[in-house]
Amino acid sequence: MPDTTKLIENLVEKYGKKRESLLPILKGIIEEERYLSEDRMLEVAKALDISGAEVYGTASFYSFLDLKPRGKHIIRVCKTIVCDMKGKNEVLKTIKDCLGINVGETTSDGTFTLLQTNCIGQCDHAPAMLIDGEVYNELNAEKVRNIIKEYKLNRQN
Amino acid sequence: MASQVKRADIIFAPYSEYPYKILGEALKKSPDDIIDALIKSGLRGRGGAGFPTGLKWKFAKKAQGDEKYVVCNADEGEPGTFKDRDILVKVPRKMLSGMGICAHVTGATKGFIYLRAEYDYLKDALQKEIDFFHQHCEKYGLDFHVEIKSGAGAYVVGEETALLNSAEGKRGEPRNKPPFPVTEGFLNKPTVVNNVETFVNAMMVCRIGAEEFAKYGMRGQKGSKLFSIAGDTPKPGVYELELGLTVEELVNEFGDGNTKAVQVGGVSGFCVPSAKFKEKTIGFPGKDDVNYIPTGGSIMLFNHTRSMYHVLENYLEFFEEESCGQCTPCRVGTQQLLKGIKAIKKGKKDPAYLDTLYKLAETMKITSKCGLGQSVANSFCSIVDEFKEEIIY
Ligand SMILES: Cc1cc2nc3c(=O)[nH]c(=O)nc-3n(C[C@H](O)[C@H](O)[C@H](O)COP(=O)(O)O)c2cc1C
Ligand code: SF4
Repeated sequence: MPDTTKLIENLVEKYGKKRESLLPILKGIIEEERYLSEDRMLEVAKALDISGAEVYGTASFYSFLDLKPRGKHIIRVCKTIVCDMKGKNEVLKTIKDCLGINVGETTSDGTFTLLQTNCIGQCDHAPAMLIDGEVYNELNAEKVRNIIKEYKLNRQN
Repeated sequence: MASQVKRADIIFAPYSEYPYKILGEALKKSPDDIIDALIKSGLRGRGGAGFPTGLKWKFAKKAQGDEKYVVCNADEGEPGTFKDRDILVKVPRKMLSGMGICAHVTGATKGFIYLRAEYDYLKDALQKEIDFFHQHCEKYGLDFHVEIKSGAGAYVVGEETALLNSAEGKRGEPRNKPPFPVTEGFLNKPTVVNNVETFVNAMMVCRIGAEEFAKYGMRGQKGSKLFSIAGDTPKPGVYELELGLTVEELVNEFGDGNTKAVQVGGVSGFCVPSAKFKEKTIGFPGKDDVNYIPTGGSIMLFNHTRSMYHVLENYLEFFEEESCGQCTPCRVGTQQLLKGIKAIKKGKKDPAYLDTLYKLAETMKITSKCGLGQSVANSFCSIVDEFKEEIIY
């Protein structure tokens, strides 16, 4: 894990020390640490010279800016109507069985967090989910099991 | 012969001998000529609200400002919509050409594409195309620079003023209108916000001419439109069809033979039951014309195996989560509607309570600040009107 002060410095340098850079900077931290701790938000506030409340207020607005510790891989299963009709429940159940966690929980080894999300624009290939930034669609139980297996085997780092 | 949908092929069709040819040609035309052509073409915004594109560009051109912006709305969060995704993957060049033409017309020198977080996986390829676009801007002497701004997961940010707030690094809450973005947009500078598909269409008007463009469309509607078709259909996908088709024509083509209802315009649009397939036309309504339903392109089909209670509950969960909470009618209204239908279903509330909820939805329509809260009644009332029994029992 990179030194976080350095991380924030780098992000501020990359996007510029201005209000508009707040979202890209927060997303940059998420990419490295998966969530925004209070400390990080305060550091960002200091770096951009705005109040901590403003950083928190902005961060808490967006569903992809998690404020709770998350696993290395975040699974977001689409729950909006078309995915719901096309078998979202089976997808969820399979993941729960594979990982032994419920929605909102993280595996004890810190590898996976399971969440639900609203429409991800894959309705023509429903049901679908995102793992980190990647899209997986036309899912069924077997496909889901294989995807999880692949992550466990090959994406340890 | 049964009436049919009319296919069109101008958005995804290959178009040019060399890249950015149309952009180069359009830059030689005067801004006023381009605005006239857009107005004549009848092009209206493809993001859902349907504002005439030529007029929007004209206002932004006239607006005073040392700096102006062109913004492409690629937030595509309306459930059932995925057509902008296909444009971004297949023909981003046409979209960027449209943005370049808009910069030329309005005098903007900066622009950005607001890309929803769910489409982060498209970013690298899109950035490559933007770099290529910049080379051509330079070649043609167009002082215009485009960047990608990434979203972070919030449906309401698709609303143009919420999008601008988000792009400024703030909470994605809608602003009061007026002022409109064309005069006070990004960083309070004059800004054109258009949907991904609208920029492609603007470019197409420059390519084929206003008359040719206006030939597409039926029943008084102008142009072709991308439709995202999903749900109970044997062939889900993105289709380019002439605007002005009836829901019946659509169902004949895409239904599974057992279609019970069609949701036109996503969860913020209207639910059309089979008895009304014939009379409802997809397109922009004239004054008080209740038989035209506008859409950003989302079409969801439901067959007779589906419970419309379940559908409505799913919609209301969506609205409740996505309401930005800024104004009371929408924040509390979405919660109460969801709680209310659940209570009726469980028999904890009298069926007559549904009438109270109906009135609440109607109140939200007139008292909510932005299109999110205002449009909850569209699906709520159209489903309750037709499927009351299913909602109650
Ligand atoms: C809640 C809400 C969500 C919206 N989402 C989108 C969207 O994802 N994409 C879009 O182009 N327009 C969306 N709009 C419409 C925009 O506010 C705006 O009208 C549009 O981007 C203008 O572009 P157009 O004239 O080219 O359609 C949304 C509106 C509301 C009220
Ligand atoms: S209508 Fe809803 S989404 Fe729109 S501003 Fe009010 S609370 Fe926010």
